Amino acid sequence: MSREILLDVRHLKKYYTVKQGAFRKGRLKAVDDVSFQIYRGETFGLVGESGCGKTTLGRCILRLLEPTAGEIYFEGTKIDDSNIREYRRKMQIVFQDPYASLDPRKTVSDIIGEAFDIYKTFGSKAERRKRILELMELVGLNETFYNRYPHEFSGGQRQRIGIARALAAGPEFIVCDEPVSALDVSIQAQVINMLERLQREKHLTYLFIAHDLAVVRHISDRIGVLYLGRLVELADSDELYRRPLHPYTQMLLSAVPIADPDESEKRHRIKPKGSIPSAINPPSGCPFRTRCSLAAPKCAEAFPKFREISPGHFVACFYAG
Amino acid sequence: MGDGSALEQKKLLEVKNLEVSFFDRQVEIPAIKKISYTVRESEVLGIVGESGSGKSVSSLSILKLLPGNGKIKGGEIWFEGKDIVKMSPKQMAEIRGNQISMIFQDPMTSLDPLFTIGYQIDESLRKHTSLDHRQRRQRILDLLQMVGISQPEKRMKEYPHQFSGGMRQRVMIATALSCNPKLLIADEPTTALDVTIQAQIIDLLKELKNRINMSIIFITHDLGVVSDICDRIIVLYAGEIMESGSKRDIFYRYAHPYTEGLLASVPKIDQNRKEDLIPIEGNPPNMLTLGEECPFAPRCRYAMSICARKKPPLFTVGEGHQASCWRCCPEEKGTGKDMGKS
Repeated sequence: MSREILLDVRHLKKYYTVKQGAFRKGRLKAVDDVSFQIYRGETFGLVGESGCGKTTLGRCILRLLEPTAGEIYFEGTKIDDSNIREYRRKMQIVFQDPYASLDPRKTVSDIIGEAFDIYKTFGSKAERRKRILELMELVGLNETFYNRYPHEFSGGQRQRIGIARALAAGPEFIVCDEPVSALDVSIQAQVINMLERLQREKHLTYLFIAHDLAVVRHISDRIGVLYLGRLVELADSDELYRRPLHPYTQMLLSAVPIADPDESEKRHRIKPKGSIPSAINPPSGCPFRTRCSLAAPKCAEAFPKFREISPGHFVACFYAG
Repeated sequence: MGDGSALEQKKLLEVKNLEVSFFDRQVEIPAIKKISYTVRESEVLGIVGESGSGKSVSSLSILKLLPGNGKIKGGEIWFEGKDIVKMSPKQMAEIRGNQISMIFQDPMTSLDPLFTIGYQIDESLRKHTSLDHRQRRQRILDLLQMVGISQPEKRMKEYPHQFSGGMRQRVMIATALSCNPKLLIADEPTTALDVTIQAQIIDLLKELKNRINMSIIFITHDLGVVSDICDRIIVLYAGEIMESGSKRDIFYRYAHPYTEGLLASVPKIDQNRKEDLIPIEGNPPNMLTLGEECPFAPRCRYAMSICARKKPPLFTVGEGHQASCWRCCPEEKGTGKDMGKS
């Protein structure tokens, strides 16, 4: 396989210091030593429960948050303070909440056209208008919406505006941070299909962050599973669902309800144990050991190495595989 | 419980032609238009719909908890031989939290941060039972144990902020079950929770339902959850029932294009990713401008000319299975007499 690596994340860490009482300070490891690569043209899915650090990770990659340690390479170039502005054009983001992520005082055309204004990528007013209308058509927005304000739109339409805005800069890579979780099911499918169509037409690469495993499986080529800031498993989408190796992935998959009464009755389910521990002072060693059925004394000592069990299938567990 | 046996159970709650509207200054915004359904003893009825379909409003009206600008315009709600719509606020207070109780979507905001968990569970016991202090304390401990909260003696003295989201929802369930209700209304109880916690809460509800023999109205937008817990399902759209039937009627023998569309638009976890999702095109209707037409007609791929003129009634398509669609009309089927393809 000679796929081109577009984005290379190496040992990324993001720690926060939190107060615990008057004098004690705790350390919250939101993202802890995460490394992975994203190939050009693929959709890399990132799943995990709330508080696992998936949003923080996405934002650190775009440097919307400053990582504590680690490096990010984009097309082979290390991204740092000197070149981030230039690379932001190629790396955009679509946010989860279509209500909070659009400026209520700007019209649709100003929201979408902002990137043109920043990068001065248009010759004349007429050209700017033409390109905004092109983008609106691309995401299925009627041209009569040009001078309207965000409050006039439904959630699905707002998300289309957000996607058009991300496309305006002409990106190669888009972080989609839970782009459909705030939408109704019938609208969700519209937006997912549109994201897939845009990817084919514009040769985009996605980092798709979501907690809905069925959606992630549907859209992703490869998937990484996060637990308490650690990447615990990474595999091709079909492989991960057919042969999950990490006990956490197995538990997560078996907890997803299936929209099919016969299937859900037939299914053998692993009963999920407990809930996710606090990310402040998490369990030593493997953070999942407190809920794990395979846990042994060894698990408390060190975080297991991220091993390649079969080609392209990595897992961080002493006993999996 | 099989599909057939559920129909023979005794009726616990019967909603007849319920109509609810909201009023914004002088403008009336209909939220629910003449819906009727029944909840039988010890069954789980699922109410499925998207935002704005009226699924929460239909359950809030059962407890008369509608916000100030909402009003029950007509219809009856029969519970144990009495019509709830005609009840006085005092009579309602006797029923709420006692015979019918409710759990909400957001366990973070439905508990009072200023009081301990034990005190909040005790509230309905003090109001609705004649148990003395010691008996109530024992009951609280039993309830916490029943919903799977360990160390109940310690936990009952703690405050909501000391509990995680899943644990708070367990506390809410303990509160709701404190007086052994006959009917529990669960309004999106797992939507705010992670999947592993959601699975735990659903298992808990299923187990408790069998143990204390209550009925549940389970409101959700998640078809996966519905297929797991419900016996019968109602599909709501724009404040009206599109289809109702047993779980298997809805999933395998659906008759309404909206149900069909909903099922086709959710990605399935066991589905190969190469299959495209089939979305329902268009957007939900504006409740203010809806007239006599079928509310789903503009988004329906089977729409005929009659659909834009006249709303279909609920046609019976099988035992206990109804759908509001002209395609299910027995006389007109196939003749195309009055319908004509649009």
